[in-house]
Amino acid sequence: MNTDTKRRVFLKGSLAAGTVAVAAGAGLLAPQAVLAAWPEKAFTAKSSEDALSGAFGSAASETSEQIKIKAPDIAENGAVVPVTITSDIAGIETIALLSTANNAPLVALFNMGQGAAADVSTRIKMGKTGDVVAVVKAGGKMLSNRKSVKVTIGGCGG
Amino acid sequence: MAKSSIKIRAKLKGGVTTVKCLMNHPMETGLRKDKKTGNPIPAHFIQDVVAKHNDAEVMNAQWSGSVSKNPYLAFKFNGGASGDSVSISWTDNKGASESATAKIK
Repeated sequence: MNTDTKRRVFLKGSLAAGTVAVAAGAGLLAPQAVLAAWPEKAFTAKSSEDALSGAFGSAASETSEQIKIKAPDIAENGAVVPVTITSDIAGIETIALLSTANNAPLVALFNMGQGAAADVSTRIKMGKTGDVVAVVKAGGKMLSNRKSVKVTIGGCGG
Repeated sequence: MAKSSIKIRAKLKGGVTTVKCLMNHPMETGLRKDKKTGNPIPAHFIQDVVAKHNDAEVMNAQWSGSVSKNPYLAFKFNGGASGDSVSISWTDNKGASESATAKIK
């Protein structure tokens, strides 16, 4: 029992370290890599902090009014919440879209390539009322902004 | 699935191309349960989306199951000329993929 527990802990630790190393390596070698491996750790994380750490290696970000989130104040149907993120920050590499109230907060990562303008729209599911958070990585800096959306009918359940 | 499972509109205005697209996909989170049997419905969602202008990649997106069913995606990029091609392709967590190409108007 005891040895088994230790083995579990060891496995967990080495796995986590491995993922981080791979993520860091990919980030350093090719910042705009074509189809980086889908960051499972970031997408399955249960908290926004863990999700951001998984995606960017750090969860710290400064609030910036230069990131604009367009989303409804009240979403009647949580299964379809239109969200638009725009920003005039130069040199944006990645935009992360999170919904804090969801089971797994990270909704989407947008990796901007050559010539891409920071203006993306999509529709997301929101389990319940919460914040839509946009985190932008530009020139090694992390900037974020948030907007709260009230959901009357959740979109993540049967 | 038919070839038309991705709809793309690409429009050029003032040097900026706006691309809007709709994809057909169930986008199951894996958390939902079948109402009749009570069994969880397995996750089935698009993981990677790649957008290309001619052959150069302009953006790629990585998604979770929290993107709505039949996802909508719009983005903009600088450059592009009328008649250039814009292609969108996606891959889901079951390894299926789909792609489509449209011309910039």
